[in-house]
Amino acid sequence: MDQSLGILFQIYQSLLVVALAPLLTGWVNQCRAWLQNRTGPGVLQPYRTLRKLFHKDAVIAYNASPLFRITPYILFGCMWLAAAIIPIIAVDLPFSPAADVIALVGVFALARVFIALAAMDIGTAFGTLGARREMLVSFLAEPALLMVFFTASLISHSTQLPRIVDALAHHQFVLYPSLAFAGLAFVIVLLAENARIPVDNPSTHLELTMIHEAMILEYSARHLALIEWASSLKLFAYIAVGIALFAPYGIAEAGDWRALPLAMVALLIKLLVAGAGLALLETLLAKMRIFRAPEFLGTAFLLAVLGLLIHFLLGA
Amino acid sequence: MLPLDVAGVVVVLWLALGLLGLALQRSPHLIIRVIFPIGAIVSLVLAATGWWALNELSSFAILPLGLPDLPFHLRLDPLSAFFLILLGGASFGVSLFSAGYFKSMPSNTLGLLCLEYHLFLASMALVLLADDAYMFMVAWETMALSSYFLVTTEHHVPDIRKAGFLYLLIAHVGAIAILLSFGVMQGGHGIGAYTFAAMREAHLSTFWASAAFLLALFGFGAKAGLLPLHVWLPEAHPAAPSPVSALMSGIMLKTAIYGILRVTFDLLANSLDGQQWWWGVLALALGLITAIFGVMFAAVQGDMKRLLAYSSIENIGLLLVGIGLTIIFHVYGKDALAALALTATLYHSLNHAFFKCLLFIGTGSILHATGERNMGRMGGLIHHMPWVALLMLVGVLSISGLPPFNGFVSEWLLLQAFLLSPGLPNNYINMLIPVAAAVIALAAALAAYVMVKFYGIIFLGQPRGEAKAEPHDAGIWERIGLSWLALGCVVLGLAPVYVVSQLDLVTHALVGQKLGNAANGWLFLAPVDIERASYSPVYFLLAVLGVMLVTAVVVHYFYHGRLRRGPAWDCGFPEQTSRMQDTAEGFGQPIRRIFEPFFKIERELPSAFDTHPRYHGRSDDRIWFALYLPIKSLTEKLSSWASLLQHGRIHLYLTYTFVTLVVLLAFV
Repeated sequence: MDQSLGILFQIYQSLLVVALAPLLTGWVNQCRAWLQNRTGPGVLQPYRTLRKLFHKDAVIAYNASPLFRITPYILFGCMWLAAAIIPIIAVDLPFSPAADVIALVGVFALARVFIALAAMDIGTAFGTLGARREMLVSFLAEPALLMVFFTASLISHSTQLPRIVDALAHHQFVLYPSLAFAGLAFVIVLLAENARIPVDNPSTHLELTMIHEAMILEYSARHLALIEWASSLKLFAYIAVGIALFAPYGIAEAGDWRALPLAMVALLIKLLVAGAGLALLETLLAKMRIFRAPEFLGTAFLLAVLGLLIHFLLGA
Repeated sequence: MLPLDVAGVVVVLWLALGLLGLALQRSPHLIIRVIFPIGAIVSLVLAATGWWALNELSSFAILPLGLPDLPFHLRLDPLSAFFLILLGGASFGVSLFSAGYFKSMPSNTLGLLCLEYHLFLASMALVLLADDAYMFMVAWETMALSSYFLVTTEHHVPDIRKAGFLYLLIAHVGAIAILLSFGVMQGGHGIGAYTFAAMREAHLSTFWASAAFLLALFGFGAKAGLLPLHVWLPEAHPAAPSPVSALMSGIMLKTAIYGILRVTFDLLANSLDGQQWWWGVLALALGLITAIFGVMFAAVQGDMKRLLAYSSIENIGLLLVGIGLTIIFHVYGKDALAALALTATLYHSLNHAFFKCLLFIGTGSILHATGERNMGRMGGLIHHMPWVALLMLVGVLSISGLPPFNGFVSEWLLLQAFLLSPGLPNNYINMLIPVAAAVIALAAALAAYVMVKFYGIIFLGQPRGEAKAEPHDAGIWERIGLSWLALGCVVLGLAPVYVVSQLDLVTHALVGQKLGNAANGWLFLAPVDIERASYSPVYFLLAVLGVMLVTAVVVHYFYHGRLRRGPAWDCGFPEQTSRMQDTAEGFGQPIRRIFEPFFKIERELPSAFDTHPRYHGRSDDRIWFALYLPIKSLTEKLSSWASLLQHGRIHLYLTYTFVTLVVLLAFV
């Protein structure tokens, strides 16, 4: 009984994330438009874009290899998996023992390596430029993310996300100074990994500054739709991780399906607040030079290591 | 019939095959098509023997060979058995590949090469089987010499001779240290104490035990490529033929890891107690520096084999981190954690053997197809060499530590060992460990950078420069060899539970504890506790593949699968040439810029008015200039002083003899 309920939870959450992810992106864009005194396209715009893209004919370059064509599917699969294993409404997800936080970082890395390779596949100047910059940003962001997870795992004595969330949400309320450092580091990583200002600008095609957009220039139609959807899922996954680690309150306990509606409401509020916060951050910050990015991310890495050290020193 | 007998037969067979190859040098076809494939089957037999021996009791033998009163002792215990599996499993693929690869070699070289190749394999097996210092050193030296001759196969090229000499020199400096280490361990107990059995029994004082450990670390470190003894790797690997680079990097470096494990956890086991925690810290620190150094330099290389050589240095660093962690846990009596760290180390050794052999022999196919080692003149090879491209993609993903391939499993285990480490009685180490974990994570992330560069520049994009017009894909033998190693990477990635259960036999023998698996069944890998951490590569793979498949079907069913081809868009820029892509150098530029102080950079920039602009850049290793060149000039100075005595005239030397005699007589 418990097992089948868990599987239901898992399926429900998987479908929920894939359906909600573009909405979150739309919400962030809408908030940003409001903050910048624009009307904005409405929160449903990402769905309309996806629909339009799926209907178009795909055009790919003459020399595109099979790797180029399969990458959008890999990306989508990886990001969906990532978003599906993060506990956001309930802590019992039967799939989560298959992939813990280290594997979660691995999923992100797998997707990143494939998109970088696909970007190099056509052999255009922008493609390789984007791939190089993406790898540059990630080689500092990835260890920082891992250190953030380590801090949380050391507190909860587990690398499994449901256990971590369970420990942080349902046990006695304690303030962890190490988590404060980790939280700061996590915000920086979130901005960098999701191609947000100040590291990248999601709404530009200005050649000299783009990273993520440079990598996907050659994609069109359904391939592009899947990549855009995967990007939404990635943003959703990162925000979900942030919620799970730093504001897990309100999540349903294991086997407690009655708490589910409340957990849904809590989740929606948290997502709205986080999305608005992200838009605010993006509006306040300015895009930095690409070679300032390593310093920025290096700060995140050091903050995360500091958090870990503090945990070892204070035991909290 | 014991496993040891079979292993002995394998060694003899390899030697016989080598000699047969020398005898058959008039018929190169036979060497290629018969001897190498048979050698490969012998490898497979050896791997099977190792597997068998893992589950048996240790077996011993004394050979009636060697000097009078100094017979050779052999022993096959779980540690040797594990490394025999590694040797057999990886060399099977490499030998099959060689059967296709060496076909263009001139026949007089081929016979000799066949002898050296099989002698090299046999000597590595003997290193693993040796049970006394004498036999070990003989096998070790045979290994060094046969590999030296293999490296200098193309000895008519001066650079290759130079690379070979550097390798030989460092190998021998290391061998001296190993010999001294054995000398310390036998502790002056006379000739009977040169067997490993006697060393195991001996109780050394803390000082002498530490001396033995440091000498062994230095000696084996020279073979493994530990900083600052790494300088031979990036020279020797590009010089050697690709299958030889594969054997050296994938397997021979592991014999050094075997040596460190053998000395630390077996021969010095009696002397290892709480006072030796600093051994672990030293190994850990050296490993971290080596790992980060290796990957940093790999990122800026333009030669594909040098890049892989530096990547080997990185992986050796990671292995040493694992060993250091094992020592720390073991001396503090936390044997469950020691077992975890040791499992990660052994697992990574096996993984590295497979993916590094795969990548190195893959560069061999590329070299044959394009005639180039410089990545800056490649590009777009995925269209001409789809097989090699696909199989090497597996290797690239594995070495980058990405799930669900094998590199991820060992990295995962190693990180788990770090996460479980709090609570050691030494606060100093407790502080070091999170920093160490951070460095490991950084090295792993940089490795992905390096591998994207490696694969992207070679296989993707448009062809750069004027390489051969139409590169051809690898032949059938080469494909089989590559496929075997790629299959190994996948299987080791998907069946970690079984592999760990086999490694348990080794860890039990070395640190007295098994890692075990907290989960039932073979799907979930869960060291220590299922609540604590678990990973299931099979479910992982099924989930990603399932989502991909469903997505593809849904997209094509509800919408359409129409696809057109056109010129690349590239933001509307009208003219695109292959020179607009990143070169190997360009792709590594951010790393060079960020870590600038670590490189010795030499740059020649063209002026803005130059009609034939030429850019030239070189990033060198500072250690070479700061450490090796002073040693070299010191040696030269000393030898020039010594030459003051040498004039080549016989009466002068007779005078020296006479003076010496008179002086001695005066003393006596």
